[in-house]
Parts: sequence; C-alpha cells; structure tokens
Amino acid sequence: MPRPTTLLDKLWSAHEILRRDDGSSLLWVDRHLVHEGSHHGFAKIAARGLAVAEPSLTIAVVDHYAPTHDRDHIENAQIAGMIDTLERNAKAHDIRIFGLNSPYQGIVHVLGPEQGLTLPGLLINCGDSHTSTHGAFGALAFGIGATEVAHVLATQTIWQKRPKSMRITVDGRLAPGVGAKDIALNWIAKLGTDGARGHAVEYAGQAIRDLSMEGRMTLCNLSIEGGARLGMVAPDQVTFDYVRGRPFAPAGAAWDAALGDWAQLVTDNDAAFDRETSFDASEIEPIVTWGTSPEQALPIGAVLPDPARLGESQADMARAALEYMGLSAGRPLIGIPVDQVFIGSCTNARIEDLRAAAAVMKGRRAQVPGMVSPGSTPIRVQAEAEGLDQIFRDAGLDWVASGCSMCVGMNGDLVAPGKRCASTTNRNFRGRQGPGSRTHLMSPVMVAAAAVTGKLTDARPLLAGRI
Amino acid sequence: MPGWTSHEGRMVALPIENIDTDQLIPARFMSTPRSQGYGRFLLHDMARDADGSLRPDFALAAVPDASILIARRNFGCGSSREAAVYALVDSGFRAVIAPSFGDIFASNAVNNGLLPAKVSEAEAEALMKEVDHSACIDLERLEIVTGDLRIKFDLDPVWRTKLMNGWDDIDLTRDRADQIAEFRDRRKAGAAWAWV
Ligand code: SF4
Repeated sequence: MPRPTTLLDKLWSAHEILRRDDGSSLLWVDRHLVHEGSHHGFAKIAARGLAVAEPSLTIAVVDHYAPTHDRDHIENAQIAGMIDTLERNAKAHDIRIFGLNSPYQGIVHVLGPEQGLTLPGLLINCGDSHTSTHGAFGALAFGIGATEVAHVLATQTIWQKRPKSMRITVDGRLAPGVGAKDIALNWIAKLGTDGARGHAVEYAGQAIRDLSMEGRMTLCNLSIEGGARLGMVAPDQVTFDYVRGRPFAPAGAAWDAALGDWAQLVTDNDAAFDRETSFDASEIEPIVTWGTSPEQALPIGAVLPDPARLGESQADMARAALEYMGLSAGRPLIGIPVDQVFIGSCTNARIEDLRAAAAVMKGRRAQVPGMVSPGSTPIRVQAEAEGLDQIFRDAGLDWVASGCSMCVGMNGDLVAPGKRCASTTNRNFRGRQGPGSRTHLMSPVMVAAAAVTGKLTDARPLLAGRI
Repeated sequence: MPGWTSHEGRMVALPIENIDTDQLIPARFMSTPRSQGYGRFLLHDMARDADGSLRPDFALAAVPDASILIARRNFGCGSSREAAVYALVDSGFRAVIAPSFGDIFASNAVNNGLLPAKVSEAEAEALMKEVDHSACIDLERLEIVTGDLRIKFDLDPVWRTKLMNGWDDIDLTRDRADQIAEFRDRRKAGAAWAWV
C-alpha cells in the first residue's frame, strides 16, 4: 500500500517540476495574480528585457490603490500613477486586467475566487501575503516578494522549500454570533504570531466543514497572521457548489474531469503531520485585539492584561502596545469607546460578512462614523440588490466602492492619528491604517456592534432574534 | 547582486519583538521607484517626528554607520513587501540577527543579499549588550564574533549558498527551460481544467 499522504503532499507533488539536491523544489505556478504593488517585479523583468512567460495565467487586478470615492477624477497623482503603471504593464505584456472600472473589479483575493480563477488543486502566487486566502479551495496559495514576482513573471515557476505540515482541527459547533474570524484570532492569540512559522496549515474538523466558503476564506486569509506559510481546507461539496458556474471555472467535460481530480485532494487517514493542534469550537467566543499585533487578542469579556504579570520580553511589548493604543492594564475590553468603524478588506468584505454586519445594524443608528467597502464590485451590486447598502446608509455609515481601502490606507482612506477604529481587517500593526492609528480587529458582527454602541461590545445580545 | 562570505561592521540593537513590515516601511512610501533609494523610509514612523526630523532617541540613530541589526523574535512579520528589505539594504544593513523571522521577509532578504541570521533569544540579548563594538559575520562557519562572544547562527543551507554566490534565480531557472516546458505540456495534458 502506498504511504498515506497529506493534502500538502498531494498538491506539492502535482506541481514539482524538479527538486535540487539541497532540497529546494521548482514548482509550476497555475495562477499569478498581480496588482499595483507588483511594479517592482515588472521593473525587474523590464530591466533584463524579459517577457512574461505565461500571460494567460497572469491576472492583473487594481485594488491596493483603488479610490473608494470619485473614481473618475483621481486627484492624487501618485495614486493615479500606480494604477496607470499596472495598466501599462498589463497592456505591454498582454495580461488580462480587471481595471478600476471593470464591473468585476475587487480585492485580488476576493476577485480570484469570485471569478472562478481560483480553483482546487492549483498553485497560486501573488505578491501579497494574504494570498493564503485562496487555500480555502484546497489550493497551494502563498504570498511572494518582488524578486519572486519577477521570477514567476519570467518563468511561471517558483523555487520553494517544502514547508512543514501542521493540522489545526476545530471540532464541535460555533455558537451563534461567533465565526471564522474568531476561530482564527483565537488560535493566533494562543499560539502567537509566529505560532505556525514555516508550516503549511491544514484546517480540519467539524467546525471547519460547517463553514461556508466565505468563512473558510476568512480563516485561510488570517493564517499568515499566525506566521503560517499558507492555510488550506480540503475541497468538498461546499467548495464545488461555490465554484460551479463561475465565469472562469471549467465547464462541461472539463468540469467533470476537474471534479474527478479534486475529489482526490484530501489528507489520507493515518497521514502524519509534523504538528497537530486542536480546539473546541463551542468554547470560542468573539475575539477582539487590544494591542499592535494580532496575537494580542482576547475574548470580548476579558480585561486588558497587566504587563507586570507577563514574561520579560512579552511585557515590554504589551507595555508599548497599551501605551500606543492609549489603554491601561486591567481595564475591561467591553466599553472601550471607538472613534470610527471600518467594514472591508480581503478578510471580511464578502457578501456573507456584509449580511452579518447588516443583521446587527438593521434599524439601528451608528454612534460613530464609519465606512463599508465591499470586497468587490459584484458584491457591492449584490448587496445593493439585497438592500444591505440601505441598512448601512440608514445607520449613518458611508457605503463606498471596493478596494483595499482602509485596510492599508494606500488609496488615502486613513484613520487619523490617535483615532480608534473597530475594523474587520487583518492587521492591527502600528500605523497600518495610517500614522498613529489605533486598530482593533474583530468580526463583522462585532464591528457592527461597536458602531451602534460607539464602543467595544459583545455583539451576541444585539443579534438576538436576528440570526 | 554580488555574493559575500564574511562581513565586518558595527552593530545596533532594536530590542523590540514583532517588528512588522508596516513598521519597517509604512505603506505610503511604497509607490516610490527603487532607483530613488529606500533608506530614508526605514522604520520611518518610529524614527521621525511628524515634521520628518530624526528623533534623537531613535534606537538606530546611535550608530548611523551600523550594518548589523539585532532584534527580538519574529522580525519582519507581516506583509510580503520587499520594500521592507530595500529600506534596510539601502540604509547599509547586511545582516539582521534575531531569534526568528517572518518567512516571506527572510526569503526576500536573501534575494537582496541581506542575511537573516537566527540565534537563540539569550544569544540575541547577549549580542545587544555588545552593540558598542563591531562584529564579524562568517557565512562559511555560520558564526558571529564580537569581543569574547562567538555565536553560531542558523541559516537554511540553500540560503547560505545563495548569499555566498549572489545567485540570480531567474538565470538558474532559465537553464532548466527544457524541464519546465516538458512539465508544462504534461500538466496541460493531464489537467486541462487548470488553464485559463
Ligand atoms: S485588503 Fe488589505 S490585506 Fe487584503 S490584499 Fe488589500 S491590503 Fe492586503
């Protein structure tokens, strides 16, 4: 009998062109996603006079610098220049581009799955760490740097050492009002932002099976915040139902062939992982970050830690984080006033996220200003058809176009210095949402709850009778 | 990019955990072409006041000619932005010594000739006490020597070869063009659905 293998083993061997004696593998890349930030990679191949090896497998998306207001008049020359550079590179290399005014435009990690460009069994690279999102389909998807972007452009391959394998099993059922974001922040809080360093994480267990594709994408997206090289969920009927019929998904005989191949993409019983860890879904509560690293996260009912009671190096970091965040040890998380909210990003701006946030907001007024940026233009259109935009607008929030927006602020959507933002994004790093910004990461329902109360609060009572 | 086997330079300490890529270079500088230099963006918001002037208490200001940075765990966690490495390299750094690194940061570093040297937490702390001295880093022996300290560091053998030879992956890969073409044809025949 052949040795039992993991999903990682299967995906790796399907893409391995060769392995050098030193252990590094040359892998075939099925999809290379590029965005405005890929300009360094394009400049590198231009400097050497190289062409793009596989233009049809390279897809360009305008997202990082996409204005969320007034797209027809981009006043900032730098922003206009970044978008223009991508458009020029796409044209020069004959690459398909989803530009600013495409009806399918969106954040690259939302658009890929939505258009059926992301499929089970693929190897997907993008010069963006949250490429791990696409692993939700049972794909080998990881972020790369600019030198590697140039390499993939020029060769459609990437050199990689195989990461170690790690399985995170989440059994049991999530309580109402608790979701994929909480599963992710919970394990990152427990294992640390380097907890899965050097590992490819496969998520398994009943609570993972029960997640929609949207939830699985949120979870895989955040894998990188726990230090993982990539995150994955084995494809199943939920995956196939999501993919079928999407614009670039295989159809007809190709669909049947694909399904046959995808059904093999599972970890065999008895396959061994380098590391295993498990959590009980029923014990997970809504989680909120309090500091400047995603590992500085606690259940909403907790009080802020006292640095004096932590180990030396952790204590330094906690002290600095509390100071930066303008918070003091021992204070309960509940009741911390926020200045604004943001619902958006490749972590939590899919239709399900917007529905969940709207369920909390319906018929209520936001006590603070805020912005809702759907993950893509099709999601925006769908949300409008469902009347979700009206719920956000009636609450007093801004309903804007899609892009990375306030997740990283490159398009000018910034949190002002010293302001506190409840955010559905993925990084609470110092200055991530703008110089001096204070970010608390949490799920869409928790952000909605913060909006309608003006402070950090438990969303569950506000959801009673609504889900 | 030229390879290197040993380097002697001044050390400077940044005794902070989880120095993420957003701190190494804030996003707003990333549209700058590389030819304009990224050194001035390094740790920008930690280093500079709102008016752009360098803070005298900024850790790195103490040794402006330092080429070896010592930090705490999880250095370079966060985004894939290679600009974080450009900011270090353009500031004259050749090595970062820390107990652990963000994965993508470390491979970006090697691709730009910057050594991510892994040592234990205790060793990093010990080195931080020696920052008044210069240190010698030897890639052959995987060793950092300063004063009486002689510390071994961890480095993936693939990365060591790459740093020493200044290898360019694109050239190496293009030498394998036949194998790649053969693989491509096989995959296209076996998994036609994977094509766009
Ligand atoms: S939404 Fe944020 S995390 Fe996602 S791709 Fe854009 S900048 Fe990166």
